[in-house]
Amino acid sequence: MMTRPLLDVHDLRVTFRIRREGAMPWAAPLPLHAVSGVDFTLDPGETLGVVGESGCGKSTLARALIGLVPAAGRAEWIDGRDLIGLSPRQMMTYRSDIQMVFQDPLASLNPRMTVGQIIAEPLKTHRPGLKSAEVKERVKAMMEKVGLLPNQINRYPHEFSGGQCQRIGIARALIVEPKLIICDEPVSALDVSIQAQVINLLIRLQRELGLALIFIAHDLSVVKHISDRVMVLYLGKVMEIGTTDDLFADPQHPYTQALLSAVPVPDPDYDPAATVVPLAGDLPSPMSPPSGCVFRTRCPRAQPVCARQVPALLGDAHQTACHFPGPLSDEEIARARAVRAA
Amino acid sequence: MVIEERKMQSLAARLSQDEVRGRSPWADARKRFVRNKAAMAGLIILILVGLFALLGEYVAAWSNDELDFTVMGQVAQMGMPSLQNGHYFGTDDLGRDLFARTVQGTQISLMVGIVGAAIAVVVGTLYGATAGYVGGRTDQFMMRAVDILMSIPYMFVLILLLVMFGRSMSMLFLGIGLISWLDMSRIVRGQTLSLKNREFIEAARAIGVPAWKIVLRHVVPNLLGVVAVYATLLVPLMILTESFISFLGLGVQEPLTSWGALISEGAGTMNYGTLWQLAFPLFFFVITLFGFFFVGDGLRDALDPKDR
Repeated sequence: MMTRPLLDVHDLRVTFRIRREGAMPWAAPLPLHAVSGVDFTLDPGETLGVVGESGCGKSTLARALIGLVPAAGRAEWIDGRDLIGLSPRQMMTYRSDIQMVFQDPLASLNPRMTVGQIIAEPLKTHRPGLKSAEVKERVKAMMEKVGLLPNQINRYPHEFSGGQCQRIGIARALIVEPKLIICDEPVSALDVSIQAQVINLLIRLQRELGLALIFIAHDLSVVKHISDRVMVLYLGKVMEIGTTDDLFADPQHPYTQALLSAVPVPDPDYDPAATVVPLAGDLPSPMSPPSGCVFRTRCPRAQPVCARQVPALLGDAHQTACHFPGPLSDEEIARARAVRAA
Repeated sequence: MVIEERKMQSLAARLSQDEVRGRSPWADARKRFVRNKAAMAGLIILILVGLFALLGEYVAAWSNDELDFTVMGQVAQMGMPSLQNGHYFGTDDLGRDLFARTVQGTQISLMVGIVGAAIAVVVGTLYGATAGYVGGRTDQFMMRAVDILMSIPYMFVLILLLVMFGRSMSMLFLGIGLISWLDMSRIVRGQTLSLKNREFIEAARAIGVPAWKIVLRHVVPNLLGVVAVYATLLVPLMILTESFISFLGLGVQEPLTSWGALISEGAGTMNYGTLWQLAFPLFFFVITLFGFFFVGDGLRDALDPKDR
């Protein structure tokens, strides 16, 4: 099976230049590597879940792919064009193929525009030839598709609930018939019952329209539900990537194991202390990441080699960036707890 | 069942056919504004002053450049306000009808205020929004230019302009227009900076909306609240500036007049027992300033209900 992937990302890097506080104006700003060398591929119609703790570069990755922040590396689209470093004019042709759904449903809608105007905006930008009657017709059809009443086309965002606002955001992303939608934590701001509705809507639309999704979340159960494959990020680097079943059943990287063990279990008798693998310390600063493996400062299995050598992302379908992959032994878990307790 | 299912369904279909009209943030603000008594009183005063300026000419018995020779030389005794001889507000020192003069002064003062504020709104908003949205070096350059212009004592420049190029209405508008937009552009830039990183702007950028359209369609409409408030407070400021210039004798030129010029004349003859020459222009001047301040306050409360 050698079909071309929809998106082939290779060594994607996003570096922000941070000026130190109180620094002289001529002092060179310090680099902050928000995303440092991410590789992955995405097939048409596939869902890739991206997980990781706050500050690991999930959202920056999304913004880099859509061209909102400058990035380096390659992100090859299905037609062979590299999306990174395109001029805004060249990027325009791809903007209707890649759309984004944002985290805060209300904040991502202009409060002074009606729902109809909001959903029509991508259409008016990318298909300027359409007549306004036809635009309205399409907007109404799309509203129906995402589960909104088409007669509410003249309402304003503040008149809708959070879940409805997110449906408006999804309608806006879908109206230009994209091939890829990047969802940046689309359900984090919603409560649980609404989360399920929005996620099921996304799954249904994906099946109907053959969309590929990049689904960013920090809720692992949501990611497990929606994704075909899952990518685990830590400090701007890929730790592990594999099919959802594989990764959740048999995580290889110590970080993935710690992350999975922290998923809350809805059972009052369940004692989290028995299974959670605690991690010592906080996320290191991305201004000065640890040498070698970025996770080694908190890893219960760290060896001297981890500080010297950056582990490569190895494997076929299930790739891991670790010198010593494999399930954590009881001994290592006990050691991690002891460090945490100290 | 009491409820007939078929009828309910047709009702539901009917209901969902009609497009519901949305309640825009503007409509909400209008409702809050109408409920504010002081602001409504201010608005009514302004409307009355506006009507006075527009229709006063038709009510006046005398034109503004006619001299009444019967009162000339004995203004203090004969020129007081009276309905019999048609000088409703009395006459000025030369025997001209003060009612007609006040109408004319009102027209010119309001025009100066509104034109000055309009220049500030258009230029200041676009300048500030552009500087804030583009950011970086462009922003630095544009705002330093504003700083430099602001550091020049504007009254001095205005007086110099009027002295060098002669006193004329267009020169007055130019001078006031030059200085009025500076504060506005600063306020708008600050607001733009806080709007710029909101998600809906980012969404528009991700869609690929060109930058000038983002500024016009997404940034400016969300700024208009602040701009509207500041503009209503700017109108009286412009009127005050013009009045001050006219009081100094540099503003509008005879036979034109303005509130400032009329008040100046009235103040000069205060000691001769012709107090009405000061009182009438001053009355219109003061109620208009109050009106604008009340309306500005009401607008601020209406547009930003959280800040009360």
